[in-house]
Amino acid sequence: MRQRVRSAWLFLAPMLLVLAAAAGWPLSRTVYFSFTDASLSDLDARQWVGFANYVSVLRMPSGRVIHDGLLLDPVWWSAVWNTVRFAVVSVTCETILGMVVALVLNAEFPGRGIVRAAILIPWAIPTIVSAKMWQWMLNDQFGIINVVLINLGLIDHKIAWTASADTAMAAVLIVDIWKTTPFMALLILAALQMLPREIIEVAKLDGANPWQIFWRVTLPLIRPAVMVAVIFRALDALRIFDLIYVLTPNNAHTKSMSVFARENLFEFDKFAYGSAASTLLFLILALLTILTIRIGRISLEGGR
Amino acid sequence: MWLLKRAAFYLLVGAIVLIAVFPFYYAIVTSLKSGTELFQADLWPKAPGLGNYRNVLAEGAFARNLLNSLVVSGAVVALSLFLGVTAAYALARIRFRGRSALLFAILSVSMFPPVAVLAGLFELVRMFGLYNSLFALIFSYMIFTLPFTVWVLTAFVRDLPVEVEEAAILDGATPWIIITRIFLPLMWPALATTGLLAFIGAWNEFLFALTFTSNDARRTVPVAIALLSGNSQFEIPWGNIMAASVIVTVPLVMLVLIFQRKIVSGLTAGGVKG
Repeated sequence: MRQRVRSAWLFLAPMLLVLAAAAGWPLSRTVYFSFTDASLSDLDARQWVGFANYVSVLRMPSGRVIHDGLLLDPVWWSAVWNTVRFAVVSVTCETILGMVVALVLNAEFPGRGIVRAAILIPWAIPTIVSAKMWQWMLNDQFGIINVVLINLGLIDHKIAWTASADTAMAAVLIVDIWKTTPFMALLILAALQMLPREIIEVAKLDGANPWQIFWRVTLPLIRPAVMVAVIFRALDALRIFDLIYVLTPNNAHTKSMSVFARENLFEFDKFAYGSAASTLLFLILALLTILTIRIGRISLEGGR
Repeated sequence: MWLLKRAAFYLLVGAIVLIAVFPFYYAIVTSLKSGTELFQADLWPKAPGLGNYRNVLAEGAFARNLLNSLVVSGAVVALSLFLGVTAAYALARIRFRGRSALLFAILSVSMFPPVAVLAGLFELVRMFGLYNSLFALIFSYMIFTLPFTVWVLTAFVRDLPVEVEEAAILDGATPWIIITRIFLPLMWPALATTGLLAFIGAWNEFLFALTFTSNDARRTVPVAIALLSGNSQFEIPWGNIMAASVIVTVPLVMLVLIFQRKIVSGLTAGGVKG
Protein backbone atom coordinates (compact mmCIF):
# COMPACT_ATOMS: atom_id res chain seq x y z
CA MET A 1 0.00 0.00 0.00
CA ARG A 2 2.73 2.42 0.92
CA GLN A 3 4.38 1.66 -2.39
CA ARG A 4 1.14 2.59 -4.14
CA VAL A 5 0.97 5.90 -2.31
CA ARG A 6 4.55 6.62 -3.31
CA SER A 7 3.78 5.86 -6.92
CA ALA A 8 0.72 8.13 -6.68
CA TRP A 9 2.92 11.09 -5.82
CA LEU A 10 5.35 10.06 -8.53
CA PHE A 11 2.52 10.17 -11.08
CA LEU A 12 1.20 13.43 -9.74
CA ALA A 13 4.56 15.17 -9.56
CA PRO A 14 4.94 16.18 -13.24
CA MET A 15 1.44 17.66 -13.39
CA LEU A 16 1.83 19.48 -10.10
CA LEU A 17 5.24 20.81 -11.09
CA VAL A 18 3.90 22.19 -14.36
CA LEU A 19 0.90 23.76 -12.65
CA ALA A 20 3.06 25.28 -9.94
CA ALA A 21 5.47 26.69 -12.51
CA ALA A 22 2.78 27.96 -14.88
CA ALA A 23 0.22 29.20 -12.36
CA GLY A 24 1.34 29.29 -8.72
CA TRP A 25 4.75 30.86 -9.10
CA PRO A 26 3.73 33.51 -11.68
CA LEU A 27 0.76 34.50 -9.54
CA SER A 28 2.97 35.05 -6.50
CA ARG A 29 5.39 37.08 -8.64
CA THR A 30 2.56 39.28 -9.91
CA VAL A 31 1.51 39.99 -6.33
CA TYR A 32 5.12 40.71 -5.41
CA PHE A 33 5.60 43.08 -8.37
CA SER A 34 2.54 45.02 -7.27
CA PHE A 35 4.45 46.07 -4.14
CA THR A 36 7.49 47.28 -6.09
CA ASP A 37 8.25 49.97 -8.66
CA ALA A 38 9.35 47.51 -11.38
CA SER A 39 9.24 48.78 -14.95
CA LEU A 40 8.97 46.78 -18.16
CA SER A 41 12.34 47.93 -19.53
CA ASP A 42 14.22 46.68 -16.49
CA LEU A 43 12.38 44.28 -14.23
CA ASP A 44 15.42 43.70 -12.03
CA ALA A 45 15.96 47.32 -11.04
CA ARG A 46 13.05 47.44 -8.65
CA GLN A 47 12.49 48.57 -5.12
CA TRP A 48 9.95 47.67 -2.52
CA VAL A 49 7.40 50.46 -2.27
CA GLY A 50 4.77 48.88 -0.04
CA PHE A 51 1.21 49.78 -0.92
CA ALA A 52 2.20 52.83 -2.99
CA ASN A 53 0.73 51.31 -6.17
CA TYR A 54 -2.58 50.82 -4.43
CA VAL A 55 -2.80 54.04 -2.50
CA SER A 56 -0.22 56.66 -1.67
CA VAL A 57 -0.15 60.07 -0.06
CA LEU A 58 2.42 62.55 -1.28
CA ARG A 59 3.17 65.69 0.69
CA MET A 60 4.67 68.35 -1.56
CA PRO A 61 7.12 70.92 -0.15
CA SER A 62 4.51 73.55 -0.93
CA GLY A 63 2.21 71.87 1.57
CA ARG A 64 -0.10 70.43 -1.05
CA VAL A 65 -1.10 66.82 -0.43
CA ILE A 66 -1.50 64.53 -3.43
CA HIS A 67 -3.38 61.26 -3.15
CA ASP A 68 -2.52 58.69 -5.74
CA GLY A 69 -2.75 54.97 -6.49
CA LEU A 70 -4.98 52.36 -8.04
CA LEU A 71 -7.71 52.59 -5.41
CA LEU A 72 -8.10 56.29 -6.17
CA ASP A 73 -7.78 55.95 -9.95
CA PRO A 74 -11.08 56.84 -11.69
CA VAL A 75 -9.96 54.93 -14.82
CA TRP A 76 -9.59 51.75 -12.76
CA TRP A 77 -13.00 52.18 -11.16
CA SER A 78 -14.58 52.79 -14.52
CA ALA A 79 -12.95 49.54 -15.71
CA VAL A 80 -14.39 47.75 -12.68
CA TRP A 81 -17.84 49.19 -13.40
CA ASN A 82 -17.62 48.27 -17.10
CA THR A 83 -16.64 44.71 -16.24
CA VAL A 84 -19.35 44.22 -13.63
CA ARG A 85 -21.99 45.74 -15.87
CA PHE A 86 -20.87 43.53 -18.74
CA ALA A 87 -20.87 40.41 -16.58
CA VAL A 88 -24.31 41.00 -15.08
CA VAL A 89 -26.05 41.86 -18.35
CA SER A 90 -24.34 39.21 -20.47
CA VAL A 91 -24.81 36.34 -18.01
CA THR A 92 -28.46 37.28 -17.41
CA CYS A 93 -29.25 37.41 -21.13
CA GLU A 94 -27.28 34.25 -21.85
CA THR A 95 -29.10 32.36 -19.14
CA ILE A 96 -32.56 33.42 -20.31
CA LEU A 97 -31.84 32.89 -24.00
CA GLY A 98 -29.95 29.68 -23.24
CA MET A 99 -32.99 28.42 -21.38
CA VAL A 100 -35.23 29.21 -24.36
CA VAL A 101 -32.90 27.44 -26.80
CA ALA A 102 -32.53 24.48 -24.43
CA LEU A 103 -36.31 24.11 -24.08
CA VAL A 104 -36.66 24.22 -27.87
CA LEU A 105 -33.97 21.55 -28.30
CA ASN A 106 -35.56 19.43 -25.59
CA ALA A 107 -38.78 19.21 -27.59
CA GLU A 108 -38.98 16.50 -30.23
CA PHE A 109 -39.31 17.78 -33.77
CA PRO A 110 -37.92 16.83 -37.16
CA GLY A 111 -34.60 18.57 -37.81
CA ARG A 112 -33.61 18.83 -34.17
CA GLY A 113 -30.13 17.50 -34.93
CA ILE A 114 -29.56 20.22 -37.49
CA VAL A 115 -30.58 22.93 -35.03
CA ARG A 116 -28.25 21.53 -32.42
CA ALA A 117 -25.39 21.48 -34.93
CA ALA A 118 -26.22 25.04 -35.99
CA ILE A 119 -26.05 26.48 -32.50
CA LEU A 120 -22.65 24.86 -31.98
CA ILE A 121 -21.20 27.05 -34.74
CA PRO A 122 -21.00 30.35 -32.76
CA TRP A 123 -19.36 28.44 -29.94
CA ALA A 124 -16.80 26.85 -32.28
CA ILE A 125 -15.70 30.13 -33.84
CA PRO A 126 -12.61 31.61 -32.14
CA THR A 127 -13.40 34.74 -30.13
CA ILE A 128 -11.04 36.86 -32.20
CA VAL A 129 -12.69 35.71 -35.41
CA SER A 130 -16.17 36.40 -34.10
CA ALA A 131 -15.02 39.83 -32.95
CA LYS A 132 -13.75 40.56 -36.48
CA MET A 133 -16.84 39.13 -38.17
CA TRP A 134 -19.13 41.28 -36.06
CA GLN A 135 -16.87 44.30 -36.40
CA TRP A 136 -17.39 43.99 -40.13
CA MET A 137 -21.15 43.51 -39.82
CA LEU A 138 -21.34 46.45 -37.40
CA ASN A 139 -19.07 48.65 -39.56
CA ASP A 140 -20.49 52.17 -39.67
CA GLN A 141 -20.10 52.74 -43.43
CA PHE A 142 -20.50 49.34 -45.06
CA GLY A 143 -21.83 47.10 -42.32
CA ILE A 144 -24.86 45.00 -43.18
CA ILE A 145 -26.57 45.75 -39.87
CA ASN A 146 -26.71 49.50 -40.53
CA VAL A 147 -27.90 48.85 -44.09
CA VAL A 148 -30.69 46.55 -42.92
CA LEU A 149 -31.78 48.86 -40.10
CA ILE A 150 -31.90 51.87 -42.43
CA ASN A 151 -33.88 49.95 -45.05
CA LEU A 152 -36.34 48.87 -42.38
CA GLY A 153 -36.62 52.51 -41.28
CA LEU A 154 -35.55 51.73 -37.72
CA ILE A 155 -32.68 54.24 -37.76
CA ASP A 156 -32.25 57.38 -39.88
CA HIS A 157 -28.47 57.61 -39.92
CA LYS A 158 -25.62 55.12 -39.85
CA ILE A 159 -24.41 54.27 -36.35
CA ALA A 160 -20.74 53.73 -35.49
CA TRP A 161 -21.63 50.78 -33.26
CA THR A 162 -18.19 49.83 -32.00
CA ALA A 163 -16.79 53.35 -31.70
CA SER A 164 -19.47 55.59 -30.25
CA ALA A 165 -19.82 55.90 -26.50
CA ASP A 166 -23.49 54.87 -26.25
CA THR A 167 -23.33 51.73 -28.36
CA ALA A 168 -19.83 50.26 -27.80
CA MET A 169 -20.87 48.28 -24.73
CA ALA A 170 -24.04 47.13 -26.50
CA ALA A 171 -21.90 45.87 -29.39
CA VAL A 172 -19.66 43.91 -27.01
CA LEU A 173 -22.73 42.46 -25.31
CA ILE A 174 -24.35 41.43 -28.58
CA VAL A 175 -21.25 39.55 -29.73
CA ASP A 176 -20.68 37.89 -26.37
CA ILE A 177 -24.31 36.82 -26.03
CA TRP A 178 -24.29 35.49 -29.59
CA LYS A 179 -21.15 33.49 -28.93
CA THR A 180 -21.86 32.14 -25.45
CA THR A 181 -25.60 31.44 -25.42
CA PRO A 182 -24.96 28.05 -27.13
CA PHE A 183 -22.71 27.02 -24.24
CA MET A 184 -25.42 27.90 -21.74
CA ALA A 185 -28.07 26.18 -23.85
CA LEU A 186 -26.06 22.95 -24.02
CA LEU A 187 -25.46 22.86 -20.27
CA ILE A 188 -29.12 23.53 -19.52
CA LEU A 189 -30.16 20.98 -22.14
CA ALA A 190 -28.00 18.34 -20.45
CA ALA A 191 -29.77 19.08 -17.16
CA LEU A 192 -33.18 18.93 -18.85
CA GLN A 193 -32.44 15.56 -20.40
CA MET A 194 -31.53 14.09 -17.02
CA LEU A 195 -34.99 14.89 -15.64
CA PRO A 196 -37.18 11.82 -15.23
CA ARG A 197 -40.06 12.05 -17.70
CA GLU A 198 -42.55 10.62 -15.22
CA ILE A 199 -42.54 13.76 -13.08
CA ILE A 200 -43.67 15.90 -15.98
CA GLU A 201 -46.23 13.29 -17.04
CA VAL A 202 -47.69 13.30 -13.55
CA ALA A 203 -47.87 17.09 -13.51
CA LYS A 204 -49.68 16.97 -16.87
CA LEU A 205 -52.18 14.44 -15.55
CA ASP A 206 -52.82 16.74 -12.60
CA GLY A 207 -53.92 19.34 -15.13
CA ALA A 208 -50.95 21.69 -14.96
CA ASN A 209 -50.41 23.82 -18.07
CA PRO A 210 -46.95 24.01 -19.70
CA TRP A 211 -46.26 27.38 -18.08
CA GLN A 212 -46.98 25.99 -14.61
CA ILE A 213 -44.96 22.87 -15.32
CA PHE A 214 -41.96 24.98 -16.29
CA TRP A 215 -42.06 27.27 -13.26
CA ARG A 216 -43.18 24.76 -10.63
CA VAL A 217 -41.55 21.51 -11.76
CA THR A 218 -38.83 21.90 -14.37
CA LEU A 219 -37.09 25.03 -13.14
CA PRO A 220 -36.74 24.01 -9.47
CA LEU A 221 -35.34 20.65 -10.57
CA ILE A 222 -32.70 22.01 -12.94
CA ARG A 223 -31.86 25.00 -10.75
CA PRO A 224 -28.64 23.51 -9.23
CA ALA A 225 -27.21 22.74 -12.69
CA VAL A 226 -28.20 26.17 -13.99
CA MET A 227 -26.60 27.86 -10.99
CA VAL A 228 -23.30 26.06 -11.59
CA ALA A 229 -23.37 27.15 -15.23
CA VAL A 230 -24.17 30.73 -14.22
CA ILE A 231 -21.28 30.84 -11.75
CA PHE A 232 -18.85 29.47 -14.32
CA ARG A 233 -20.02 31.99 -16.88
CA ALA A 234 -19.90 34.88 -14.42
CA LEU A 235 -16.31 34.12 -13.46
CA ASP A 236 -15.48 33.89 -17.15
CA ALA A 237 -17.22 37.17 -17.94
CA LEU A 238 -15.40 39.03 -15.18
CA ARG A 239 -12.02 38.28 -16.76
CA ILE A 240 -13.05 39.21 -20.31
CA PHE A 241 -10.19 40.44 -22.47
CA ASP A 242 -10.07 39.24 -26.11
CA LEU A 243 -13.45 40.41 -27.31
CA ILE A 244 -13.19 43.93 -25.89
CA TYR A 245 -9.56 44.34 -26.93
CA VAL A 246 -10.32 43.46 -30.55
CA LEU A 247 -13.90 44.68 -31.05
CA THR A 248 -13.63 48.09 -29.37
CA PRO A 249 -9.93 48.96 -29.12
CA ASN A 250 -8.98 51.95 -26.94
CA ASN A 251 -12.54 52.68 -25.91
CA ALA A 252 -12.92 53.99 -22.36
CA HIS A 253 -16.57 52.92 -22.29
CA THR A 254 -15.85 49.23 -22.64
CA LYS A 255 -12.40 48.90 -21.06
CA SER A 256 -12.49 45.90 -18.70
CA MET A 257 -10.29 45.17 -15.71
CA SER A 258 -8.18 42.72 -17.72
CA VAL A 259 -7.70 45.23 -20.54
CA PHE A 260 -6.76 47.92 -18.02
CA ALA A 261 -4.19 45.61 -16.40
CA ARG A 262 -2.56 44.53 -19.66
CA GLU A 263 -2.47 48.06 -20.96
CA ASN A 264 -0.54 49.24 -17.92
CA LEU A 265 1.73 46.20 -17.90
CA PHE A 266 2.86 46.26 -21.50
CA GLU A 267 1.72 49.42 -23.24
CA PHE A 268 2.04 52.24 -20.71
CA ASP A 269 5.28 51.02 -19.13
CA LYS A 270 3.65 50.93 -15.70
CA PHE A 271 4.49 47.31 -14.97
CA ALA A 272 4.09 47.51 -11.21
CA TYR A 273 0.82 49.42 -11.49
CA GLY A 274 -0.51 46.84 -13.94
CA SER A 275 0.56 44.10 -11.53
CA ALA A 276 -1.43 45.82 -8.79
CA ALA A 277 -4.50 45.85 -11.05
CA SER A 278 -3.97 42.15 -11.87
CA THR A 279 -3.67 41.36 -8.18
CA LEU A 280 -6.89 43.20 -7.38
CA LEU A 281 -8.71 41.40 -10.20
CA PHE A 282 -7.48 38.09 -8.82
CA LEU A 283 -8.61 39.02 -5.30
CA ILE A 284 -12.05 40.05 -6.51
CA LEU A 285 -12.50 36.78 -8.40
CA ALA A 286 -11.15 34.67 -5.54
CA LEU A 287 -13.47 36.39 -3.09
CA LEU A 288 -16.47 35.92 -5.36
CA THR A 289 -15.62 32.23 -5.85
CA ILE A 290 -15.33 31.60 -2.12
CA LEU A 291 -18.52 33.57 -1.51
CA THR A 292 -20.55 31.62 -4.08
CA ILE A 293 -19.26 28.32 -2.74
CA ARG A 294 -20.23 29.37 0.79
CA ILE A 295 -23.66 30.65 -0.18
CA GLY A 296 -24.25 27.62 -2.39
CA ARG A 297 -23.47 25.28 0.49
CA ILE A 298 -25.73 27.14 2.92
CA SER A 299 -28.68 27.16 0.55
CA LEU A 300 -28.14 23.47 -0.19
CA GLU A 301 -28.26 22.63 3.50
CA GLY A 302 -31.28 24.86 4.00
CA GLY A 303 -33.05 23.00 1.22
CA ARG A 304 -32.69 19.64 2.91
CA MET B 1 -54.82 26.86 -32.57
CA TRP B 2 -52.59 23.82 -32.80
CA LEU B 3 -51.40 24.95 -36.21
CA LEU B 4 -50.67 28.44 -34.89
CA LYS B 5 -48.61 27.00 -32.05
CA ARG B 6 -46.64 24.81 -34.46
CA ALA B 7 -46.04 27.79 -36.72
CA ALA B 8 -44.81 29.93 -33.82
CA PHE B 9 -42.53 27.12 -32.69
CA TYR B 10 -40.96 26.69 -36.12
CA LEU B 11 -40.60 30.46 -36.43
CA LEU B 12 -38.60 30.40 -33.21
CA VAL B 13 -36.51 27.48 -34.45
CA GLY B 14 -35.89 29.31 -37.71
CA ALA B 15 -34.83 32.47 -35.88
CA ILE B 16 -32.39 30.53 -33.69
CA VAL B 17 -30.77 28.83 -36.67
CA LEU B 18 -30.60 32.08 -38.66
CA ILE B 19 -28.99 34.06 -35.85
CA ALA B 20 -26.53 31.28 -35.08
CA VAL B 21 -25.40 30.71 -38.65
CA PHE B 22 -25.74 34.07 -40.38
CA PRO B 23 -22.55 35.85 -39.17
CA PHE B 24 -20.39 32.96 -40.35
CA TYR B 25 -22.28 32.75 -43.63
CA TYR B 26 -21.79 36.46 -44.17
CA ALA B 27 -18.05 36.13 -43.45
CA ILE B 28 -17.81 33.44 -46.16
CA VAL B 29 -19.75 35.62 -48.61
CA THR B 30 -17.54 38.62 -47.86
CA SER B 31 -14.39 36.56 -48.30
CA LEU B 32 -15.51 35.63 -51.83
CA LYS B 33 -16.16 39.23 -52.89
CA SER B 34 -13.57 41.54 -54.36
CA GLY B 35 -13.04 45.17 -55.29
CA THR B 36 -15.93 47.56 -54.78
CA GLU B 37 -18.35 44.70 -54.35
CA LEU B 38 -16.96 44.27 -50.83
CA PHE B 39 -18.64 47.48 -49.81
CA GLN B 40 -22.12 46.50 -50.89
CA ALA B 41 -24.05 44.56 -48.31
CA ASP B 42 -25.25 41.86 -50.73
CA LEU B 43 -26.13 38.44 -49.43
CA TRP B 44 -24.56 36.72 -52.42
CA PRO B 45 -21.29 37.50 -54.23
CA LYS B 46 -21.98 38.56 -57.84
CA ALA B 47 -18.57 37.50 -59.05
CA PRO B 48 -17.27 35.03 -56.47
CA GLY B 49 -13.50 34.53 -56.48
CA LEU B 50 -10.75 33.18 -54.31
CA GLY B 51 -8.58 36.29 -54.64
CA ASN B 52 -8.75 37.14 -50.95
CA TYR B 53 -7.62 33.65 -50.00
CA ARG B 54 -4.71 33.87 -52.42
CA ASN B 55 -3.72 37.24 -50.96
CA VAL B 56 -3.85 36.07 -47.38
CA LEU B 57 -1.85 32.90 -47.99
CA ALA B 58 0.71 34.55 -50.25
CA GLU B 59 1.26 37.82 -48.44
CA GLY B 60 2.90 38.11 -45.06
CA ALA B 61 3.30 35.20 -42.74
CA PHE B 62 -0.21 33.80 -42.52
CA ALA B 63 0.77 30.31 -43.70
CA ARG B 64 3.49 30.38 -41.09
CA ASN B 65 1.00 31.52 -38.45
CA LEU B 66 -1.25 28.58 -39.31
CA LEU B 67 1.66 26.21 -38.85
CA ASN B 68 2.52 27.86 -35.52
CA SER B 69 -1.05 27.42 -34.30
CA LEU B 70 -1.04 23.76 -35.35
CA VAL B 71 2.27 23.06 -33.63
CA VAL B 72 1.29 24.84 -30.43
CA SER B 73 -2.18 23.28 -30.22
CA GLY B 74 -0.85 19.80 -31.04
CA ALA B 75 1.89 20.02 -28.43
CA VAL B 76 -0.54 21.37 -25.85
CA VAL B 77 -2.91 18.46 -26.44
CA ALA B 78 -0.14 15.84 -26.24
CA LEU B 79 1.41 17.32 -23.11
CA SER B 80 -1.80 17.94 -21.20
CA LEU B 81 -3.14 14.47 -22.03
CA PHE B 82 0.09 12.83 -20.89
CA LEU B 83 0.23 14.78 -17.63
CA GLY B 84 -3.53 14.41 -17.21
CA VAL B 85 -3.66 10.62 -17.61
CA THR B 86 -0.93 9.86 -15.08
CA ALA B 87 -2.37 12.36 -12.60
CA ALA B 88 -5.93 11.13 -13.10
CA TYR B 89 -4.89 7.56 -12.36
CA ALA B 90 -3.29 8.60 -9.08
CA LEU B 91 -6.16 10.90 -8.11
CA ALA B 92 -8.92 8.43 -8.93
CA ARG B 93 -7.44 5.10 -7.88
CA ILE B 94 -4.97 5.59 -5.06
CA ARG B 95 -6.11 6.74 -1.64
CA PHE B 96 -3.78 9.18 0.04
CA ARG B 97 -4.07 12.02 2.48
CA GLY B 98 -5.01 15.40 1.03
CA ARG B 99 -6.44 13.96 -2.17
CA SER B 100 -9.66 15.95 -2.24
CA ALA B 101 -7.87 19.14 -1.17
CA LEU B 102 -5.49 18.61 -4.08
CA LEU B 103 -8.35 18.13 -6.54
CA PHE B 104 -9.92 21.31 -5.27
CA ALA B 105 -6.65 23.23 -5.61
CA ILE B 106 -6.26 22.01 -9.20
CA LEU B 107 -9.80 23.07 -10.03
CA SER B 108 -9.26 26.48 -8.45
CA VAL B 109 -6.43 27.13 -10.93
CA SER B 110 -9.02 27.14 -13.71
CA MET B 111 -10.70 30.08 -11.96
CA PHE B 112 -7.52 32.19 -12.28
CA PRO B 113 -7.95 35.23 -14.47
CA PRO B 114 -5.14 34.82 -17.05
CA VAL B 115 -4.13 38.44 -16.52
CA ALA B 116 -3.26 37.66 -12.90
CA VAL B 117 -0.38 35.42 -13.96
CA LEU B 118 0.67 37.55 -16.93
CA ALA B 119 3.30 39.67 -15.16
CA GLY B 120 4.88 36.69 -13.39
CA LEU B 121 4.80 34.55 -16.52
CA PHE B 122 6.41 37.33 -18.52
CA GLU B 123 9.31 37.43 -16.06
CA LEU B 124 9.63 33.64 -16.15
CA VAL B 125 9.48 33.48 -19.94
CA ARG B 126 12.14 36.14 -20.31
CA MET B 127 14.34 34.59 -17.64
CA PHE B 128 14.43 31.29 -19.53
CA GLY B 129 14.96 33.02 -22.86
CA LEU B 130 11.61 31.77 -24.17
CA TYR B 131 10.28 35.19 -25.13
CA ASN B 132 9.01 35.17 -28.71
CA SER B 133 9.16 31.39 -28.96
CA LEU B 134 6.39 28.84 -29.27
CA PHE B 135 7.59 27.08 -26.11
CA ALA B 136 6.40 30.04 -24.07
CA LEU B 137 2.90 29.53 -25.45
CA ILE B 138 2.87 25.74 -25.00
CA PHE B 139 4.01 26.15 -21.42
CA SER B 140 1.59 28.92 -20.49
CA TYR B 141 -1.43 27.19 -22.07
CA MET B 142 -1.08 24.44 -19.48
CA ILE B 143 -2.79 26.82 -17.04
CA PHE B 144 -6.15 26.42 -18.68
CA THR B 145 -5.93 22.98 -20.31
CA LEU B 146 -4.43 21.01 -17.43
CA PRO B 147 -6.98 21.60 -14.63
CA PHE B 148 -9.83 20.76 -16.96
CA THR B 149 -8.11 17.67 -18.39
CA VAL B 150 -7.19 16.32 -14.96
CA TRP B 151 -10.69 16.95 -13.65
CA VAL B 152 -12.55 15.22 -16.47
CA LEU B 153 -10.13 12.29 -16.74
CA THR B 154 -10.23 11.73 -12.98
CA ALA B 155 -14.01 11.57 -13.07
CA PHE B 156 -13.80 9.11 -15.97
CA VAL B 157 -11.22 6.79 -14.36
CA ARG B 158 -13.22 6.76 -11.12
CA ASP B 159 -16.20 5.31 -13.02
CA LEU B 160 -14.21 2.47 -14.58
CA PRO B 161 -14.74 -0.95 -12.96
CA VAL B 162 -12.15 -1.79 -10.30
CA GLU B 163 -12.07 -5.50 -11.17
CA VAL B 164 -9.88 -5.19 -14.26
CA GLU B 165 -7.27 -3.38 -12.30
CA GLU B 166 -7.39 -5.72 -9.33
CA ALA B 167 -6.74 -8.71 -11.57
CA ALA B 168 -3.72 -6.93 -13.00
CA ILE B 169 -2.40 -6.07 -9.54
CA LEU B 170 -2.72 -9.72 -8.53
CA ASP B 171 -0.70 -10.59 -11.60
CA GLY B 172 1.98 -8.26 -10.29
CA ALA B 173 1.55 -5.42 -12.76
CA THR B 174 3.16 -2.09 -11.84
CA PRO B 175 1.10 1.12 -11.86
CA TRP B 176 2.81 2.19 -15.08
CA ILE B 177 1.77 -1.06 -16.79
CA ILE B 178 -1.74 -0.64 -15.41
CA ILE B 179 -2.01 2.85 -16.90
CA THR B 180 -0.56 2.08 -20.31
CA ARG B 181 -1.97 -1.42 -20.88
CA ILE B 182 -5.30 -1.32 -19.08
CA PHE B 183 -6.53 2.23 -18.64
CA LEU B 184 -5.32 3.86 -21.82
CA PRO B 185 -7.30 1.57 -24.15
CA LEU B 186 -10.43 2.07 -22.05
CA MET B 187 -9.99 5.81 -21.85
CA TRP B 188 -10.21 6.67 -25.55
CA PRO B 189 -13.60 8.38 -25.36
CA ALA B 190 -12.53 10.66 -22.52
CA LEU B 191 -9.15 11.31 -24.15
CA ALA B 192 -10.80 12.31 -27.42
CA THR B 193 -13.14 14.73 -25.65
CA THR B 194 -10.57 16.42 -23.45
CA GLY B 195 -7.99 16.45 -26.23
CA LEU B 196 -10.46 18.12 -28.56
CA LEU B 197 -11.40 20.77 -26.01
CA ALA B 198 -7.75 21.41 -25.18
CA PHE B 199 -7.03 21.78 -28.91
CA ILE B 200 -9.85 24.29 -29.35
CA GLY B 201 -8.73 26.22 -26.27
CA ALA B 202 -5.14 26.43 -27.46
CA TRP B 203 -6.15 27.24 -31.04
CA ASN B 204 -8.28 30.18 -29.86
CA GLU B 205 -6.05 31.60 -27.13
CA PHE B 206 -5.21 35.27 -27.58
CA LEU B 207 -3.86 37.03 -24.47
CA PHE B 208 -0.68 34.99 -23.94
CA ALA B 209 -0.02 34.70 -27.67
CA LEU B 210 -0.30 38.47 -28.01
CA THR B 211 2.00 39.12 -25.06
CA PHE B 212 4.71 36.50 -25.47
CA THR B 213 5.37 36.82 -29.19
CA SER B 214 6.68 39.89 -30.94
CA ASN B 215 7.07 39.24 -34.66
CA ASP B 216 4.99 37.94 -37.54
CA ALA B 217 6.88 34.67 -37.88
CA ARG B 218 6.09 33.58 -34.32
CA ARG B 219 2.45 34.64 -34.05
CA THR B 220 -0.46 32.26 -33.89
CA VAL B 221 -3.51 32.86 -36.07
CA PRO B 222 -5.78 34.69 -33.60
CA VAL B 223 -3.08 37.32 -33.05
CA ALA B 224 -2.29 37.47 -36.76
CA ILE B 225 -5.96 38.09 -37.59
CA ALA B 226 -6.34 40.70 -34.87
CA LEU B 227 -3.31 42.57 -36.18
CA LEU B 228 -4.00 42.12 -39.90
CA SER B 229 -3.99 45.62 -41.33
CA GLY B 230 -3.79 47.32 -44.68
CA ASN B 231 -1.43 49.90 -46.07
CA SER B 232 -2.94 52.67 -44.03
CA GLN B 233 -5.00 52.98 -40.89
CA PHE B 234 -8.08 53.82 -42.92
CA GLU B 235 -7.81 50.99 -45.33
CA ILE B 236 -8.76 47.87 -43.43
CA PRO B 237 -8.49 44.81 -45.73
CA TRP B 238 -11.87 43.31 -44.83
CA GLY B 239 -11.75 40.78 -47.66
CA ASN B 240 -8.43 39.40 -46.45
CA ILE B 241 -9.52 39.40 -42.83
CA MET B 242 -12.67 37.46 -43.66
CA ALA B 243 -10.74 34.98 -45.79
CA ALA B 244 -8.27 34.42 -42.95
CA SER B 245 -11.17 34.06 -40.51
CA VAL B 246 -12.83 31.43 -42.68
CA ILE B 247 -9.56 29.49 -43.09
CA VAL B 248 -9.08 29.42 -39.31
CA THR B 249 -12.67 28.57 -38.50
CA VAL B 250 -13.61 25.92 -41.06
CA PRO B 251 -11.43 23.14 -39.60
CA LEU B 252 -12.75 23.99 -36.15
CA VAL B 253 -16.39 23.97 -37.20
CA MET B 254 -15.85 20.65 -38.98
CA LEU B 255 -14.21 19.13 -35.89
CA VAL B 256 -17.00 20.38 -33.68
CA LEU B 257 -19.74 19.11 -35.97
CA ILE B 258 -18.11 15.69 -36.41
CA PHE B 259 -17.48 15.24 -32.70
CA GLN B 260 -20.69 16.96 -31.59
CA ARG B 261 -21.68 14.37 -29.05
CA LYS B 262 -18.22 14.04 -27.53
CA ILE B 263 -17.90 17.79 -27.12
CA VAL B 264 -21.29 18.21 -25.54
CA SER B 265 -20.59 15.42 -23.07
CA GLY B 266 -17.16 16.91 -22.32
CA LEU B 267 -18.61 20.36 -21.73
CA THR B 268 -21.24 19.07 -19.38
CA ALA B 269 -18.69 16.93 -17.52
CA GLY B 270 -16.49 19.98 -17.06
CA GLY B 271 -19.29 22.38 -16.37
CA VAL B 272 -21.98 20.60 -14.48
CA LYS B 273 -19.91 18.20 -12.44
CA GLY B 274 -17.17 20.73 -11.82
